[in-house]
Formats: sequence, structure tokens, C-alpha cells
Amino acid sequence: MNQALRYSWISLGREWRAGELRILALALVIAVAAVTSVSFFTDRVQRAMSLQATELLGADLSITSSQPIPGEFGREAQERGLDTARYVSFPTVVVSDEDSELAELKAVSDRWPLRGTARVSTTLFGEEQETQSVPDSGEAWVEARLLQLLNLSVGDSLDVGEISLNITRVLTYEPDRGGDLFQLAPRLLLNVEDLEATGLIVPGSRVNHRFLVAGDEAVINRYRDWIEPRLGDNQRLESVADAQPALRNAIARGEQFLSLAALVAVLLAGGAVAVAARHYSDRQSDTSAVMRCLGASRRFVLQVFTLRLLWLALLASAIGLLLGFGAQGVLAWLLSGWFATELPLPSLWPIFTGMGVGLITALGFGLPALLRIGQVPPLRVLRRDLGAPPPAMWLVLGLAMLTLGVLLLWQAGDVRLAGFVLGGAAITVAVLWVAALLMVKALTPLRSRGGVALRFGLANLSRRGALSAVQLSAFGLGIMALLLLALVRVDLLSEWEGSLPEGAPNHFMINVQPDQVEPLQALFERHDMERPVYYPMIRGRLSTMNDAPVRPEDYTNPRAERLVTREFNLSFARDLQPGNRVVAGQWWNVQDPEPGFSVEEGLAETLGIELGDILEFRIAGEPVQAPVTNLRSVEWDSFNVNFFVLSSPGVLEDFPATYITSFHMDEAGQRMLTEAVRQFPSVTVLDVRALMQQVRDIIDRASLAVEYVFLFTLAAGVTVLFAAIHATRDLRRRESAILRTLGASRKQVLAGLLAEFMVMGALAGLLASAGASAVGMVLAREIFDLPYSVNPILWLMGVGGGALGVGLAGWLGARSVLRQPPLLTLRQVG
Amino acid sequence: MVSHSPAPVVSASGVVKSVMGPAGRLSILKGVDLHVAPAEAVAILGASGSGKSTLLGLLAGLDLPSGGEVRLLDQDLGVLSEDARAGLRAGRVGFVFQSFQLLPALTALENVMLTLELSGHDGDARAGAREALEQVGLGHRLDHYPSQLSGGEQQRVAIARAFAAHPQVLFADEPTGNLDQQTGEQIIQLLFNLKSAYGTALVLVTHDPDLASRCERRYRITDGILGAA
Repeated sequence: MNQALRYSWISLGREWRAGELRILALALVIAVAAVTSVSFFTDRVQRAMSLQATELLGADLSITSSQPIPGEFGREAQERGLDTARYVSFPTVVVSDEDSELAELKAVSDRWPLRGTARVSTTLFGEEQETQSVPDSGEAWVEARLLQLLNLSVGDSLDVGEISLNITRVLTYEPDRGGDLFQLAPRLLLNVEDLEATGLIVPGSRVNHRFLVAGDEAVINRYRDWIEPRLGDNQRLESVADAQPALRNAIARGEQFLSLAALVAVLLAGGAVAVAARHYSDRQSDTSAVMRCLGASRRFVLQVFTLRLLWLALLASAIGLLLGFGAQGVLAWLLSGWFATELPLPSLWPIFTGMGVGLITALGFGLPALLRIGQVPPLRVLRRDLGAPPPAMWLVLGLAMLTLGVLLLWQAGDVRLAGFVLGGAAITVAVLWVAALLMVKALTPLRSRGGVALRFGLANLSRRGALSAVQLSAFGLGIMALLLLALVRVDLLSEWEGSLPEGAPNHFMINVQPDQVEPLQALFERHDMERPVYYPMIRGRLSTMNDAPVRPEDYTNPRAERLVTREFNLSFARDLQPGNRVVAGQWWNVQDPEPGFSVEEGLAETLGIELGDILEFRIAGEPVQAPVTNLRSVEWDSFNVNFFVLSSPGVLEDFPATYITSFHMDEAGQRMLTEAVRQFPSVTVLDVRALMQQVRDIIDRASLAVEYVFLFTLAAGVTVLFAAIHATRDLRRRESAILRTLGASRKQVLAGLLAEFMVMGALAGLLASAGASAVGMVLAREIFDLPYSVNPILWLMGVGGGALGVGLAGWLGARSVLRQPPLLTLRQVG
Repeated sequence: MVSHSPAPVVSASGVVKSVMGPAGRLSILKGVDLHVAPAEAVAILGASGSGKSTLLGLLAGLDLPSGGEVRLLDQDLGVLSEDARAGLRAGRVGFVFQSFQLLPALTALENVMLTLELSGHDGDARAGAREALEQVGLGHRLDHYPSQLSGGEQQRVAIARAFAAHPQVLFADEPTGNLDQQTGEQIIQLLFNLKSAYGTALVLVTHDPDLASRCERRYRITDGILGAA
């Protein structure tokens, strides 16, 4: 073993000079560089995205309860060196000299918010500034809307319960606002010290206590572990991962895109290593035969080649790591303008990931080809036609799939995602393989047609069935990855971004009285704005389910408990709204609807509502009963008006309703809004632009990161193509020398090569298009939960691009083959 | 000497070939003169490394000399481009190599057809190729690939390929080098029969004096200099 270790190291240098290991090393370097740059960068981006998300939570962790938070929680957090803050919020009526208005009170402690920064201005609609402080005792910071409603300005005072507060700031932005948009009254921020004096908190008051914690990630995780078993029934823990649903979706999807990018890079790199290793082992047959002749045992030969592969993997991984680290550094620098905050430094994990991926990829994809070097008979020194038997296909594929599976699971950390990618890859390789074999048959009759160049090209393809299949698989895989990158990615991203389009509604108008709808529409028209759709909204409490009373104490889930104590916003609709999809049961017959309710699937799950259950709502004291006829999925992140519960026409029309609408408005529409508020003071306008911008920023950053990450995947794809072309260079060199000896012109030889590569590229492209479409469709439906339709351009680009790309690559690779005189070539490789 | 021939099909005058080696310039050929008349058979003998294969490559236009002039079929190869030299060979110059040099992707029939197609052969390349293979006794193995044929059979395919277009010159480089004696004898018999039948000039490179003795003229190349054997 020692001798093998020493010899493998010495001979690595020699082999390297001979240049045959370079392509294998290059494949490994790119594999590791791709994986580590992805790892390093996604590590940083994920950290940044988590930071961003903490802003919406205002903390790293928060505990919500309807009861005061036990002091024990705060003491433990402080002992662990964590930052803490708390606030209490509840709706209440605030009073000015002339008027009163419902406001959403928020009594905050010092240091609130722990993540993100609040912004205020000193005058109504004045310039906003970030602030690190909270209202002093006796002060109130209020939203502009409240000032308008109460006709107050900064400097005035208003009454909150039993105390009077002095308005010192206009609150323009609150990072952890979020929440249930439709029930938001304007915000009033005060110091928590003043809360008791207001006298508003009495036993039985419906208030929301929130305890915020922030600090070092590891400490936070340990604190979380500590606190989880201590949480009471009415206490709910929220972390970044379960922040607002829209944001949660955005982050989850972003992370999935990033994982996918890393996975495709790993997959391609493996393909490149497999092709390069096979080529290398072909060329090492002589070395092996000579070593055996000179008395080396088969065991020794195997040890030398395996160790050499390991040396190479270690060196290549080290270089790949450096490259990967450098690449992500450049990436982070390039993207620095896009991130509001400095990207946090990556953790050390990607180093282990990179080394691990390098070794696993080298062994898993390269070993089967190298192992057969030991099987080369020593007699080869006399009879050159004796080579090693090709590696058993089941061994190559089995080990490759196993390796891929391990890598995917490790990198994706998501069994489903790993499964889909692995399944897609397995099916693709299998299909490519079968297609290559069928091709041999299909091309045979064509061999007697066409010009000499085409026929020679086709003959090459059809004769080298096994090698063609390997090449075709590599090309197919490479093209498929490129298609996934170029088109499916764009398709998926645009579908994803499409869920939050530029013109998405950014304002809501609520409390619109029925007789105000028409004048409002006229107002919109006068300002050249599109007339929005108004939805009726009726408030009702869920009273019975299947004639059994609904009581909060029957639910253990705090969300369910909260839901059944509040009034629902009900509506009725004839047609299914855009962004809604019936997932169970049937939408009502539009012509002759039977009474029925349509319930959002998430709500149904929380409250245990099933299809056919009879629900009774109490609206203004009157009961309304109907069965649940369907369940709906709703795109909540679309910012359209949506309802948890809808009734069929004819059920709720007679009840008093207010109307709600959402619409898109840019700066120019501000005048219309001012006029609307003046003309219809009871109408409430909610501006959700800030919140939307936050969500959109995160989506944008994530997509940008994905695109950059995919550049490495692209490099890996190109390496596969390069490795595949390089693998047959000697063969082609010899063939073209013979052809030219026999009198073929360069043009004829090139035309033959071009024909072969283009046909192969077109076929690989065809299969790759099918594969990419299938993978895209599965990913869209099963992972990203997006609609996806097959893009015909994908097929065009797959087949055309495959033929042109592979043809061009083959042509470029072959030109050097034709450069030297045929005599030299025949002697070198003869 | 064959003095009645109108013009030689192959001629070399003062041909020099040198390459740059690790120890500086290395002369392989040091001024070679050789003229081959139509239908004449010339043998070039020499030990391994004597430069005989290099000379063969230069005569066939597979490479260019460092000095001197090579004419093939009355054309100065020095003024022709690589492609023009290939075009000159197509159909008019045949080759038989020690290692056969058949294209592995093509069947026996396709290997022979290739020469006919490259020479712009009028008529049916398939029929011509079949006939050529029948002449060498391989009419029953048309659709076999080189790897499915024995060494002797592969060399017969190579001979069929060489003669299929009825060339004016045939270059043979150790044609029996990879074959056993009996098979080699059959191959040589075949080669000379076809040469006579088509009136082809033959330039044969070998280290085997017996084989050389079947040619009308014999030369020996020693240390880059060609002399009569």
C-alpha cells in the first residue's frame, strides 16, 4: 500500500505532464467550484434573507399570547445574553376634542423593534426619518390616517382611555406591521409604561401580548429548544420560518430555487466526471498492460489508479474551493448594491461540503471506469486490440445514481425535491440510452442515402452505438440543464413573479357603503383610472357546525381559537374569483345556484370543516345556514381581495353589507385618493405599498441570486459537452487522417464530422426538450405550486440549439484534428 | 532501369527531411532521388527508423519535405495545398498499411465504397465496391465490420479499397508486417496480381528482402541516404 501510495503520487505528476488527467481534473474543479460557490453564496443569501424576514417579525423569535407573557421567559433570555422587547396591542376607541375613532393601539417597550427600523416624520406627509427610539411616556406616535380622521395634527393631544397623550410624531413605517390587513384600524403607538394608566386593560379584554427576542443564531436556537416545552396553550411561538404567509412563501420558494440550482450543477459535474473518467481509463489501457508485464500485480495497478484518482480529487477540490470562494466573493460584491444590508459572512460548512462533494463525485462517477483498468490483459502489449471489458452498465448507473442520490439529499435537504431531480435524471438517462440504441437501427437505412459526408457521419453514429449512447446522454443532459436554465427557469420565475405583478393592487378601500359604490366609480373614471371591482362584505360569527355549537374551548390550535371568537368577513359571488381554484367539491351552478358555502382550504383544515358540513353563521343576530359545497385554494400573496368564506348567490344578499375593493395606484393617483377621502369620510383607504415592496424586494433578490447561481450550472453543462467531444478526439483524429490519405478534402472530412455532431445534437436536443418540459412541469406542479404550460420555443431551442451548439463545438474541436499532416497522425495514434 | 517510360508517376529529387528534436535538428532524409515509372514496382528496404516510412509519406504527399522536390502524377506537390494534394490522391493513389487503417465505423463494403465516392467515381459505387471485394475473395463478408474480420481479411479489404478505383500508383507500407507468414504470402500474391491486372505502379516499403525481391527495382535506405540494394 505504501508503495502504491508513493507511486500514485509520483506518477500523478508524470501523468499530469502527459496531459491526460487534465480534463478529469477540470471537471472536478468545476464541480467543486460550482458546488462551493453555490454553497457559500446561498449560505450568505439565506442568512441575508432570514435577516430580512426577521425585520417583518421585528425579531428572531416572538411569543404571542392573549395573556401577559411570564417574566421567566424574559429573565431566561436575558441570562442567555439575548435582546428582548415586548408590546401589547389591541383595538380601542381614541377620542379627540370633536370626534372619536377606532385605532389599533400598540404599547411598545424600549428597544422595539429588535429587527428592522421604524420610520417617522415630524409633520403630516413630511419627510420620513428612521428612528431608534420609541415614544416617551406621555407621547403618542400615530398614523397619518388617524390624524386625518380626527382632524388633528402633530402637537395636538388625544385621549386614550383615562389618559391624554401628546402627538409628537407621525408614524410612517413599522417593520413588524403585517397582520390581518382588513381589520386594521390606524395605528397609535405609545410607551408600554403608560399602558396601565389608560385603564384599558381589564380582566377579559381582548389584547395581544407579544414578547420579542433577538440575538446570535445558535443562542436563539438553544433558547427556542428551552422555551418550546414551556409554552402554554395560549402561547404561540413564531420564528422567521413562520412569519407572514406571503413572505414565508417568498423565502421558501427562493430557497428551493437556490437548492435546485446547486443540484443541477452537481448533476452535470457528475456527468462530466463520468465521461472524462471513461476516456481516461481508455487511454490508460497501455500503461496498465505495461505495468502488469513488468510484474505489477493487478491489486497494485488498481491501488495506484484509485489512489491517483483520490489525489486528483483532493487537489481539484482544493482548487475548486478556492475558485468557489473567490467566485462567491465576486458575486457578493457584484450584488452588494442589490442588498440593502451587508451580506453576512458565510459559515465554514461549505468547505466540508466542497471537499465532500469533490471526493464523492470523483469516486461515484469515476471509479467504475477506472476499476476496469485493472482488467486489461498484459497481452495487450503484443496485441493492441485487447482492451479492458467495458464496465458493467448496472455498476456505472447504479453507483452514479447512488452517488447522485446521496449528493442530492445532502445538498437539497429535501427528500421530495431530491427525489424529483433524481427521478428526472434517471428517467432522462434511461430514455437517452434507449433512444441511442434505437437510433442505431433508425439510422441504418439512411446510411445508403445522401452525400458521402452525411453518410460517413451517420455511419459513425450508428456504428458506435455504445459510445454514441454515452455521448448522447451527456449532450442530452447538458442541453436539458441549459434548457432548464434558459427557459424553464425564466418560465418558473415569471410565473412566480407573476403572482405579484407590477400592476398588483397596492391599495384597499374598505367600509364602502352600497350607495357610495357608484359615486366612487365615477371618481375613478374622472381621474382616468380603471374602475375596480367591489366585493360585498358581511360580518358574521360562525355559530354552529352540523348543528353543534362552535366554541373556542373546543379547539387547541390558537389560530382556530382566535378565528371562531372573531367575526368572519363573508361575501357572496356568482363566479370563481381569479387566483382561486376549487380543490374539492363543485363550484355552484351559475344559472340556478343551490344555497351553499365555499370555504378556503387552509381555514377548513384549521377548523376541521369538511365538504357537506352544514355551517351556520349569525349575521346581525340572525342565523344563516347552508352546506359547504366546495373548498377553494387562494393565492393570498396576490394582494387581491379574497374571502375565507363565500356563499352562493341568494344566501347573503339581504344582509347589510359594506363593500371592499383593491386597486393599483401610482403616485399620480394620490389626488384622487385625497378627494375620495374628503368626499367619503367613512371610507377607509389602506396603503399596502410598503409591505408589498418588502415582499417584492425579497422575491427580486432571490431571483437575481438564482440567476447568478445558475451561471455555474451553465459552466458545468459546458464542461459535459467539452468532455464528451474531447473523449472521441483521438478516434476522430485517426479517422480523418485515413480519410485524407484516401483523398478526402478537409471540407469533406469536416462536413462528415459536422453531420455527425449536428444529428447527434438535434437528437439530444429533442430528448432534452422532452426531459426539460417534463421536469419543469413536475417542478412547477409538485414543488413550487405554480401553473406551468409547455413553451414551444423550448423545443425549437432544444433541437435547433442542440444541432447548432453541438455541431459548432464538434467543429471547433475537430479543426485542430485536421491541422497536422495525416502522416504524423497515423504514426501517433496508428 | 526502365528507360522507355514517358514520364515517371512518382519522382523525388534531392528530397531532404529534418525535424526538430530535443537534441536539436535531426536529419531523417539527406537528399533522396527516386523515379518510378508507370506500372513499375519499386521496393525500399531499410531497418526500422531508417526513414523509409517518412519517404513513403513524402512521396504520397501526406507530408511535405524540408527541401527538394516531390512530383506525383506529374504534379509538383510543393506548390499544392493540403487539400489539393488530397484531391490529387483521390482515386488515383492507393494505400496499403501495416496496420490496415480501416475505418471501424464502416462495414467492409462501405470502407471500399468510400474510395470510389471520394474519387467522384461515375456509376454505382456499391457495385464497384462489391466487385472489388469479390476479387479479393471477400464477397461473403461485405457487411462485416473491421472488428469482425481477421487480420488477413482486414488487409484484403484494404487491398480491395486500394485497387477499387484502379489507381495509377499504390503505396504499401510493410503490408505483411502484422500477418503470419502464410497469410502474408497470400496477401502479397493478391497485391502483385492486382498490380499487374491494372498496370499500377507500386512503391513498397519493407524490411523483408524476400518480399523486396519480387519488385523490379530495389533500394536500401541507410541513415537517410537512398542507395541501390
